[in-house]
Parts: sequence; C-alpha cells; structure tokens
Amino acid sequence: MSVAHCGDFRQSYKDDMKVLETRFVRVSVGAFLVLLYVFPLFMSNYATSTMTTIGIAVIGALGINIVTGFTGQISLGQGAFMGVGAFACSYFMRILHMPFWIAMPAAGLTTAAVGMVFGLPSARLKGLYLAIATLAAQFILQYLFIHMEAVTGGSNGIPSPPPEIGSFAFDGDRSKYYLTITIAVLAVLFTTNLVRSRDGRAFIAVRDHYLSAEIMGIHLFKYRLLSFAVSAFYAGVAGSLWGMYTGYISAEHFTIAESINYLAMIIIGGLGSVLGSIFGAIFMTLLPQALTVGTGALAQTFPKIGFLIMSFKDGVFGLIVILFLIFEPDGLAHRWRQIKAYWKLFPFSY
Amino acid sequence: MEFYIQLVISGLVLGSIYALVALGFAIIFKSTSVVNFAQGELLMFGAYYCFSMVVQYKIPWFWAFLLTLVFSIVLALLVERLVLRPMIGEPVISIIMVTIGLSSVLRSIVTAVWGTQIQVYEPPLFPETAVNLMGIPTSQVYLWSFGLAAVLLGLFGLFFKFSKAGVAMRATAFSNQVALSMGIPVKNIFALAWCIAAVVSAIGGVLIGSINGINIQLGHFGLKVFPAVILGGLDSILGAAVGGIIVGVLENLSDGVLKSAFGLQGIKEVAPFVFLVLILMVKPYGLFGKKEIERV
Repeated sequence: MSVAHCGDFRQSYKDDMKVLETRFVRVSVGAFLVLLYVFPLFMSNYATSTMTTIGIAVIGALGINIVTGFTGQISLGQGAFMGVGAFACSYFMRILHMPFWIAMPAAGLTTAAVGMVFGLPSARLKGLYLAIATLAAQFILQYLFIHMEAVTGGSNGIPSPPPEIGSFAFDGDRSKYYLTITIAVLAVLFTTNLVRSRDGRAFIAVRDHYLSAEIMGIHLFKYRLLSFAVSAFYAGVAGSLWGMYTGYISAEHFTIAESINYLAMIIIGGLGSVLGSIFGAIFMTLLPQALTVGTGALAQTFPKIGFLIMSFKDGVFGLIVILFLIFEPDGLAHRWRQIKAYWKLFPFSY
Repeated sequence: MEFYIQLVISGLVLGSIYALVALGFAIIFKSTSVVNFAQGELLMFGAYYCFSMVVQYKIPWFWAFLLTLVFSIVLALLVERLVLRPMIGEPVISIIMVTIGLSSVLRSIVTAVWGTQIQVYEPPLFPETAVNLMGIPTSQVYLWSFGLAAVLLGLFGLFFKFSKAGVAMRATAFSNQVALSMGIPVKNIFALAWCIAAVVSAIGGVLIGSINGINIQLGHFGLKVFPAVILGGLDSILGAAVGGIIVGVLENLSDGVLKSAFGLQGIKEVAPFVFLVLILMVKPYGLFGKKEIERV
C-alpha cells in the first residue's frame, strides 16, 4: 500500500517522476548518505569491514533481484558469477596490467558474457527449467575455478592486487569501505532508474505475464538475456570488489551456498524491490555474524553440547528462511512499507 | 575393453540409484508441482538412520530396513505438513527456497546427531565376495542394487498404472481442481507423494551407502538428480527412470574416458551438469516430458 502525502499534488510529469517525493524524504536520504560516509570515522575497523561486506552484498543482491525479482527468472548461479568477476578482475590486473578502474568494468562485462551464455536456454525455456540451467552454470563454473589453474590458481587461489590511484593504494579497511560504498550507492541509483526505464518496465512485463508482454511487442528472448547480462554484470562488479576486500581469491568462496545466500537475501528482503535488496543484504550479512556470536556464547556456557550448537548454525539459517517464507512471504520491504503507512496515518489508520 | 565394460556396469548401478531418487523427485513435482531441492537430504537421512539401526543398535538388517522406511514416512509427513502445506499457492521461487532451507535444516540435524565422519554399514548389507558376470568380476552390492532399483521402479510403474491411489495421484498431477471436484483428497495425495519420495530416496541412500559409505556429501546426490529428471522430462515418471540410468552411465563413461585420454580430474562432478545444459539447449522438455505448446 502506498500512501501519498497530504498536499503532495503532482502537477507536472517531472513531479510525477521524482524518486524522492517530498522534502522530508530528500532530507532523510541525504542525511543517511552523509551518515554512510562519516560512519567509519567513529566506528571500529571490524564494523567498517562488516559494512564493506554489506556493500558488496547489496551490489550482488541488486543484480540477482534484477533477473529474479524483476524479470522472474530464478537464478541459482549468482555466487559463481561473482567468482567469474573476481578471477577475471584479478587476471586483468595481474597479467594484462590494467588499472582496477578499467579491470573492474571489464570483469563485469566478462561476467555478463558468461551470464548470457547460460541465459541462452531462455530462448526456449522459462521458470523452473532456467533455474536448473543456472544451477548447472554454478557447478560448471565451480569446476572451472578449480581446474583452470592458469587463471584461477586452482584450489590454492590467487592474490588480488589492491586498486590504486597514483601512489595511493586502497588497502586499508576505511579506503576499501569508501570505494565499496560509493559503488554500492551508484548501483542502487542505477537500479532504481533502470527499473523505471523502458527496459525495466519490459522486465516487469515479462515477469508478470510473458504472453501479454510478447503481444505488446516485447521481445521475450532479448529481455530475458538482457536481464541475465545485467545481473551478471552486477555480480562481476561485486566479485571484483570481493577480491579487493579479501586481497586473495579462492574458489571455496563461490559455491552453491553463496548463490543460495543471495537468493535468500532477495526473498527475505523482498522480490522486485530495490529497497528489499538492501534490507536482505544487511540481514543476511549480519545473521551469520549474530549466529556465530550467539552459538559461541552458548557453546561457552554449555561446553558439553557445544558441538551440537555449532552444527545447528547452518540449520538455524535454513529455519529462518523457512519461517520468513511462511510468515512474511513479501519480505522486509513490504513490512517496511506497512510500518511507514501506519505512522503516516497515525493515530487514525482508516 | 574390460575397463569400459566395468565403467558401464558401475554406471548402470549409479544410474539405477539416480533413477530411484529421480523417481521420488518426479513424483513430488508431478503431483504437487514442488521442486524439491531437499531430495538428497531425504536420501542422506535414510542412509544415516539405517546406519544407526544396524551399527549402533545392532538390529538385524531386515528389521532395520523396515524401520528406516517407517521413519522416512514419518519424516516425510512431518515435512509435508509443517513446511510445504503452508506454501501451497505461493510462487515457484518461494517454494524452491523453502526446500533449500529445509535441506540445510535436515543437513544440520544429521551433523548434530551423527557427526561428519564417513561411516560404513557393519555388517554389510550384501555379501562382499565378487561374482563373475560374463568374465568380469562384479561385486554383489552392484548386482543387488541394480536389481532392487529395477524391481522398485517396475513396482511403482504398476502402482501408477493400476492401483486406485496411483490413478488418483495421476489425476491430481493433471489438475488439482479437477481432482478435488472428483472427490479425490488432494491433501492426502500430496502427503502420499512425499512419503513415496522419501521412501525411494531412503532406499537409494541405503544402497549408495553400502557401496560408497555414508557421509554428509550424500546430500549432493539430490542436486545431481536434476540432469536425470531433465533428460527424462521433468514430469515423467518413466523418464526419471530412463534419464537416471542414462546419466549414470554417461557420467561414468565420460569420467573414465576423459581421465585416461586427457588426464582430466574430477569430471564426474561436473559431467552431468554439462549434459544438462546441452539437453536444455537441444531438447528442453526431455525424452518423455510433456511439451508445453503456446501460441501467441
């Protein structure tokens, strides 16, 4: 439910197209951005570094939300696509001696190309079959990560050099944070505008009813492939940033578990919602950390069943996903809208 | 030559177990249109439970096996009632995700109860002496597994063709609404589908466990079943059986051939998925699947 503000008359198309509708929203978003940038000055390195992983997750989640949430093609390969981006970026920087600023978009484009290859079955298939095709992509790419040793270093992994401007290298927690968060903000901005554009509306039409979309002149194959490409591009960028963040890339990180993690992010956050991708990324990044702290504390209090508790960590993750799907199927973004609507109308909610 | 025949034989055995698990998958998909990503975990649970009965409680094999089947049914009923039933009518992606969540819950329960070490059935289910099959020594486990899987597949074929419950399941698969209006208790059919799937998976788990030993990696079996069901056609029960066997043989052969010819390692893990992509590009609805024809 969307509730317009009292007195918010939209008198021109320009008014109607505003992303931030009222002054209050503009001020609060601006304040939030300022907060994002001054945040590391007051926080510990640990918090800053956690925020960096959240930023990377936001980019990845936006990507998978474009293909799954907006276009309705379930993707189970986002983790592997991130791996492609990370390895490609590292390869471009180490072997071809590109600076990071060229290597990262190039890695994104490489990943987009790989994503399009695995999106090809969408010429004839939809829904479930595509989900399984992306599952295959995940396993095939995982195999390549381990066996293409020239590019990926095999099971040992490979270093990822830090980006540099002149003599300044992005190798501290704070500089990594600023780089990541800037790209994440740009990604959010781009996605918000993408889904309002002609292409974005075509994506949504394909999701909502592909037959009607085709009748209205939307080329299904083109837009499905495009959504795969855009999504993989995001994954490639997120992967490059992940490489920068860890400084060392190993195939172990880009497993099916990572792909499932991203899928869980957008389901918990809200499918087809930019805000949902952000909420989901925050939730799914903080959840394992909270679980680690929680299970660690419990294991210390009850050392005898410590092993039991540790092994339940994975299970709790699954349980939370199940509970969310049963009790909050529209995700956190929906709940957020409801809370907002409640306060907007308070105390007369009718 | 003998090398290749052995590859084919072990491929057939592996394939017949794939076929069993794929059968379970196809039954669930056909009657409830749920894509079950937790199929491999059902298999693992069955294998571990049987291990508990046989090794830890020293129950004779026959009773242990029966208890495993009963346990699988209970597990399936619980899962269906608590997790899947609230999801009826939700979009495909939520249902996929809920089964993924389920798989991680089941896996963590297995780790908590049985640990992560590789376990073996002691005493073994089948005698360990090899028999001579057309001049090629073959272990009895292989023969039994293949035979048992073939018999089960045949039995389920007859069940769907002739028994009342089987016909009701096919009707439900065709259309939930029509089945309801014909007085078929669709909810019970859903529960039955899950029970059958859990039982065949548990049997598959015990068989594969007595060949390779049981460990937490058994869960991956559930994902490797996708190539089999896609090759056979996602909604075809015969297709699941045929697809499973073909994929098993192809997987083993390509692994053996590529290893001896090019020295490539670990092809086994990835070969089924390469087939999968090829099938999807060439013949997306599989060998026996129902083609969806839409015209605009």
